[in-house]
Amino acid sequence: MNVQDQVIAIIAEQAVLEPQDVTLDSTLESLGIDSLGLVESIFAIEEAFDIQIPFNANAPSESDFDISSVATIIHGIEKLVAEQS
Amino acid sequence: MKRVAITGAGTINALGVTVDQTLDAMREGRCGIGPLSFRDVERLSIQIGGQVNDFVPEAVFNRQQMVLFDRFTQFTLIAAKQAIAQSGLTFSGDLSATSGVVLGTAGGGVSTWDENYRTVYEEGKNRVHPFVVPKLMNNAAASHVSMEYNLKGPSFTVSTACASSNHAMAQAFSMVRSGMSKVMVTGGSESMLCFGGVKAWEGLRVMSKDACRPFSANRNGMVQGEGAAIFVFEDLDHAKARGAEILAEVVGFAMSSDAADIVMPSKQGAARAMAGAMRDGGINPDEVGYINAHGTGTAANDKTECAAVADVFGHHADDLMISSTKSMHGHLIGGTGAVELLACIMAVRDGVIAPTIGYEEFDPECALDVVPNTAREARVDVALSNAFAFGGLNAVLALRKFS
Repeated sequence: MNVQDQVIAIIAEQAVLEPQDVTLDSTLESLGIDSLGLVESIFAIEEAFDIQIPFNANAPSESDFDISSVATIIHGIEKLVAEQS
Repeated sequence: MKRVAITGAGTINALGVTVDQTLDAMREGRCGIGPLSFRDVERLSIQIGGQVNDFVPEAVFNRQQMVLFDRFTQFTLIAAKQAIAQSGLTFSGDLSATSGVVLGTAGGGVSTWDENYRTVYEEGKNRVHPFVVPKLMNNAAASHVSMEYNLKGPSFTVSTACASSNHAMAQAFSMVRSGMSKVMVTGGSESMLCFGGVKAWEGLRVMSKDACRPFSANRNGMVQGEGAAIFVFEDLDHAKARGAEILAEVVGFAMSSDAADIVMPSKQGAARAMAGAMRDGGINPDEVGYINAHGTGTAANDKTECAAVADVFGHHADDLMISSTKSMHGHLIGGTGAVELLACIMAVRDGVIAPTIGYEEFDPECALDVVPNTAREARVDVALSNAFAFGGLNAVLALRKFS
């Protein structure tokens, strides 16, 4: 499974949806994921890829990690995974 | 001052997953203590406890709940569901705004601490699940009950070691009695049966390796249990007006502090709490037919408690019954007073006195009627429930038969 599929699977599980219902332009809000769900998703992604995601729940927009859509999240993770290897 | 009725009760503990199952076990003198089963138990020198076995949390709670609910919260929610269902109450409007939940726990999410310390210390990981804090906090159970049942009034958690539940129920009682709240949900929960939880207790050298035998001359320590009991305390007039079933009336309480020693019990502190509860409830000592003892099965507690009862009741100490149900369900620490209140309800409502099981040898320092091994039928008008905590903090509740 590539990064995109893995991230979508994690987000889908959090949203209690099927992976095909999570599209690249979905926002976490549109998927019904609240702030606790967001930090739990970030934790699951960090565990899956063994990476550290620079995200501070106090100031999401100032974090060096764009969570505005599923696509930006995947892009950010692909970058972190590439930097790590 | 309002009169206070108990209109709902629920529990899960080593004796059963409902109140009926628990009271049946107490009537039959059944022991819920057995071999402990959890990770690394073989590294413990104490390997018995009153563990809740007939319980698969995943069958009750969904994935999102499982990641947020420590075992002590799971126990609380199961017991609260039974209690509130029995009361028949739903909370909205003014009733919701003034009704709250006050619970006792000594350790809160002990197994959450334990599991996550393992993750970072033993397994060397540098990341823990984001819900560790909301899962382990001592008030998590009270908060989840408030959310589940729309309880928006005074809500908090009391932590006074082995007296936590009694202190919590005393608070709930005084809130309803004063007229501040029409209904309070109260009780307590504990879940320390994990490697770190039992290992900590081992350190004190007060645990028995084979059985909890309160008041018996050959007693050799306490045995831990786990679980919860939750009650609905309600303004008696409110309960009557809606035709609710009344299990018993709560009539008095008292709290005292020994101000003496961090672990050794004090006869005077215990006596002041019992005498205070009777004074508070307008109870004549000779009306008390049953005392649910703190009765931990340690050398120190049981003789001190019996001496305190003798001091408070004088000649009547020989006429009343006193038993320790910890011999059956173990010591639920912060949840223990709540489970033990069930035995007091059974005494005043059903006229059945739960026994002290495992009783083998007479101890002249515990020369009271401890209802050895077999339950007894007797009419009881007033029952006391004792809790005497480490730290010397004591709380005693008084129940009266409702008729």
